[in-house]
Amino acid sequence: MSNKEWPLWEVFIRSKQGLSHKHVGSLRAADAEMAIDNARDVYTRRSEGISIWVVESKLVTASDPREADALFDPADSKVYRHPTFYDVPDGISHM
Amino acid sequence: MKNLSLEEKEREFQAKIDADQKIEPNDWMPDEYRKTLIRQISQHAHSEIVGMLPEGNWITRAPNLRRKAVLLAKVQDEAGHGLYLYSAAETLGSDREKTIDDLNAGIAKYSSIFNYPTVTWADMGTIGWLVDGAAIMNQVPLCRCSYGPYARAMVRVCKEESFHQRQGFEIVMKLAQGTPEQKALAQESLNRWWWPALMMFGPNDANSKHTAQSMKWKIKRETNDELRQKFVDITVPQAEMIGLTIPDADLKWNEERQSYDFGAINWDEFMNVVQGNGPCNKERIAARREAKENGLWVREAANAFAEKRKARQAS
Repeated sequence: MSNKEWPLWEVFIRSKQGLSHKHVGSLRAADAEMAIDNARDVYTRRSEGISIWVVESKLVTASDPREADALFDPADSKVYRHPTFYDVPDGISHM
Repeated sequence: MKNLSLEEKEREFQAKIDADQKIEPNDWMPDEYRKTLIRQISQHAHSEIVGMLPEGNWITRAPNLRRKAVLLAKVQDEAGHGLYLYSAAETLGSDREKTIDDLNAGIAKYSSIFNYPTVTWADMGTIGWLVDGAAIMNQVPLCRCSYGPYARAMVRVCKEESFHQRQGFEIVMKLAQGTPEQKALAQESLNRWWWPALMMFGPNDANSKHTAQSMKWKIKRETNDELRQKFVDITVPQAEMIGLTIPDADLKWNEERQSYDFGAINWDEFMNVVQGNGPCNKERIAARREAKENGLWVREAANAFAEKRKARQAS
């Protein structure tokens, strides 16, 4: 028998039909099924969810916050992607 | 990637905090900030877990099924709160098992209030009303704490705590409105818990060694004395409303401050309990240690079952 530490899981909950799953926290469990059972007890004691996703934390690849400037910089100069960039003359509606 | 000196990084970090931006797990943070948070969050987690013990004591003796179901739900919430918090501490790189072992070894601290015994049913009411009330007072400002995962855990905890306080107040109120014996039970319980509840906010500001730095980092948003005063001002009228007397001869309304003046807290008692000599410190730690040891076979079985399930799914 092994006494190895249970891995860490990230928990995502869909609060109701029509909304996306949202990260709510993490927990420890021996495997994915147990992680879902535990997530039910830890994160949905007051009917906060109708669907649960669990992902082993070590499988998540995250962007590096130190490189956030360089990573997101290309969007900064493209203000024309926003509708407010354009002048719409008075009298024009439904646009 | 920018190559910044430590000083520049610290300045940028403080600027983020000053601008009310949250700090997230992978962001750069000063070692001391990380250490302070790990200490505070793990102590907070331990308090939730140890906090189950004084109340668990009464589950089998709850006076009726409704009270029993409510108490069970409350104690289960405390377990949940402990788990949110251990997870939040893990985002800072703390080792969960080591954190728990520190508690079981008697090295880690937790709220001193849980080292007092629960000797009557009225204590279930008083704990909910005063102890959870004080905890809410402490935790509401923590929802705005600068560290994201801690703040988010606190939002969840605070939502759940308000049920805890209300169910406690309901118990005390029913007793206070009951027979003379029941009312005496409620008063006697209030007499025992009032002062330890005030101690929950920690030492006076002048003697609180972590307060200044924690305020600067926005880990803490209000000082111990500010929170304690708020708690007294809110709780005294509640006691009056249900006909109970706060056990403090010096308690009186201060018209000028629009606040209650209250008597001196026995800090020797507080320090004594914090240092491990309260009525139940040894019992609490022994219970936690036993829980870990007696639960070993369950954790092993879960691992074995997970392996078996994996093998079955593979074939």
